[in-house]
Amino acid sequence: MTAAALPLVHAAPTFALELAYWQETLIKVGVLLAVIPFGALVLGYVYLLKMMSHMQSRLGPMEAGPHGVLQLVADGVKFLQKEDIFPERADRFVFAAAPMIVLLGTFLVYVVVPAGPNLVIADLDVGIFFALGVASISVIGVLMAGWASASKYSLLGGLRSAGQLVAYELPLIFAVVGVAMQAGTLSLQGIVAYQAEGAIFGFDAIGLPLIIPQFVGFALFMISAQAELTQTPFDMPVAESELVGGYHVEYTGFRFLLFFMGEFGTAFALSAIAATLFLGGWYVPGIDPGTTLANVVGPIALFLKTMIVAFFIFWARISFPRFREDQLQGFAWKWLVQIALANVLLTGLFMELF
Amino acid sequence: MTAITDRQQLAYIAGQAAEARVNVELETEGMLLNIGPQHPATHGTLRIVVQLDGEQVIAADPVCGYMHRGYEKLVEVRKYPQINTLVNRIDWLGHFANEVPFVLAAEQLMEIEAPERAQWIRTILFELSRIANIALFLGDMGVQLGALTPVFFAFRDREHVLNLMEAASGGRFHPNFNRIGGLKDDLPKGWIDETRQAMERIRRFCDELETLLMGNEIFEARTRGIGVIPPEIAQSYGLSGPNLRASGVDWDLRRDVPTPLAWQHVDWKVWTHPDGDSFARYWVRLQETREATRIVDQLLDGLPSGPIMAKVPRIIKVPEGEAWVSTENPLGEMGYYIVSKGDTGPFRVKIRSASFNNISILPWLLKGVYVPDIITILGSLYFILGDIDR
Repeated sequence: MTAAALPLVHAAPTFALELAYWQETLIKVGVLLAVIPFGALVLGYVYLLKMMSHMQSRLGPMEAGPHGVLQLVADGVKFLQKEDIFPERADRFVFAAAPMIVLLGTFLVYVVVPAGPNLVIADLDVGIFFALGVASISVIGVLMAGWASASKYSLLGGLRSAGQLVAYELPLIFAVVGVAMQAGTLSLQGIVAYQAEGAIFGFDAIGLPLIIPQFVGFALFMISAQAELTQTPFDMPVAESELVGGYHVEYTGFRFLLFFMGEFGTAFALSAIAATLFLGGWYVPGIDPGTTLANVVGPIALFLKTMIVAFFIFWARISFPRFREDQLQGFAWKWLVQIALANVLLTGLFMELF
Repeated sequence: MTAITDRQQLAYIAGQAAEARVNVELETEGMLLNIGPQHPATHGTLRIVVQLDGEQVIAADPVCGYMHRGYEKLVEVRKYPQINTLVNRIDWLGHFANEVPFVLAAEQLMEIEAPERAQWIRTILFELSRIANIALFLGDMGVQLGALTPVFFAFRDREHVLNLMEAASGGRFHPNFNRIGGLKDDLPKGWIDETRQAMERIRRFCDELETLLMGNEIFEARTRGIGVIPPEIAQSYGLSGPNLRASGVDWDLRRDVPTPLAWQHVDWKVWTHPDGDSFARYWVRLQETREATRIVDQLLDGLPSGPIMAKVPRIIKVPEGEAWVSTENPLGEMGYYIVSKGDTGPFRVKIRSASFNNISILPWLLKGVYVPDIITILGSLYFILGDIDR
């Protein structure tokens, strides 16, 4: 677990135990495999089942476990028992590969998200660039699913998804450009370190969460992430009332479960990235990032910040109606891209001036 | 009333041209998409065959009849009191309102009139069923547009109205409360106070939806200017009810056709909207729900005392003759044409239900819109499958 590239003032703590490369890798893969179902389950239960139910004046699941905490586990078991159906005219190989590719994109995003000064799977120098790049791999999976299902509804959903992702990739990246310019690095650890060391006009008790100077970028990032995740104001690819589920309408059982996990896993991953970029990531004010304590508190802090960000994603999902595809494209190209460019320009100006 | 306007002809020509362009010039094929019979947006088994160019509709053809239950034939082999329980299943959300025009038609043939109190209570329950019906529309429109929350609010507040229905008649959905010559029972004790509270709740619900859904920019962007029906077109296709009033035609059977029911005794307003688009249809229905709560409140204030049943023979035989009575039901004009041969059951009954005419405009209306707008338009026209297929 390297932390050598960090521009931290405080040296990252070194662990007493030394692990072989294969041991380290094994642990990393294990953690990664555990984090995605965990994130998907937590988001699905806390926000999709419970918060949504309470906002809609109902209780939600109450039977499986206390307050229905095991509902999603029960659902997962149910999905495993379902028949695995291939549509007659489906392209079997592509059809089977699509959910894996969606999930692959989700897995790779977690690789660069740091949960503590040492707790990162790979602290790439181009971390955020990598994260945004692999996050859009899932589009290919969605497009494959839409095409291979040999269903008109799926095809419409897949094409909508492709158009939408192309439109929203741009503001998403430009929103991050402002952050990267200000922090002066693309490494997520570096961005966390910048926020930990910064000060708001000399007041340095809470560092400098980049949401304060980059609030426009944060808003842009959240809107684009919402579109990237195909959550409700932008959920035309799924569009239950029009396309009956869009690209995954023909999927059953375990493959559908993979799509579900991919959707919520990515929601968790993008929330974690937003928390890292704008809310200081694993950094907790008052805890010295150079101590081992930061490694213990870091994951908890990151989790809580991620949940805060995810709350907004799901809040919008529950509250808003859906855009139409052409309105969405207009919104992306006519407004978001321009605002994002202006944000980059202003960030540059302010950096020169102050 | 002109049957075909220039605008309609232009739209038709444009549609034909689009078809020709797709098929010949670009040498691409339109995609034929079956929306329904099993599709969540048709809330039932309506099937719409649309021909698409990308996401744009070139032609749309509604196919109905998947749920045809043969009401007109069924009522021929039943006695008059039995028909009551059958017809309130036509528009299953407007339950009570379905019974009223039939009972009025039978009463008209028998030349009896229900006592005044019965007529007032009928009017109250009629308006309650309108509220129960339209409240669900107000929420469901959100679901059609992708907003999941409003429909749960609608279910929550509609329950208060259904409870009132149950308290009065014993049935939440199918009250079967009308009798030829009056009503089955008088209102239970305490019902009037409860109704006032429920009306207060419904008004709050309307305010809530006005801010939650109608004030939403995305909702406006999705509904304004979508599915515009000009007044002449609406009339020539036989639209009725809120769909017609949303096109600016000031026509309401409650006000314009004298019935023995109690609407003329209270102060209320017919709401119209000049735009004729999906937003207007939503707006008109929202105002109508509010207006219905006002009507109920006033009727409760002035409810006369007296019997609730006229003197009718034990075995009902309707004298020979024909009668047509239609009322302004939640979905639009609903009427029964009864032909009697002096028997215990009708010889022939023609049922005119609103939804069948309301969706007949779809081939004209859906031309040139996008796929998501199909759902918006279907939602805003608001049909009940049972009311289409009977």
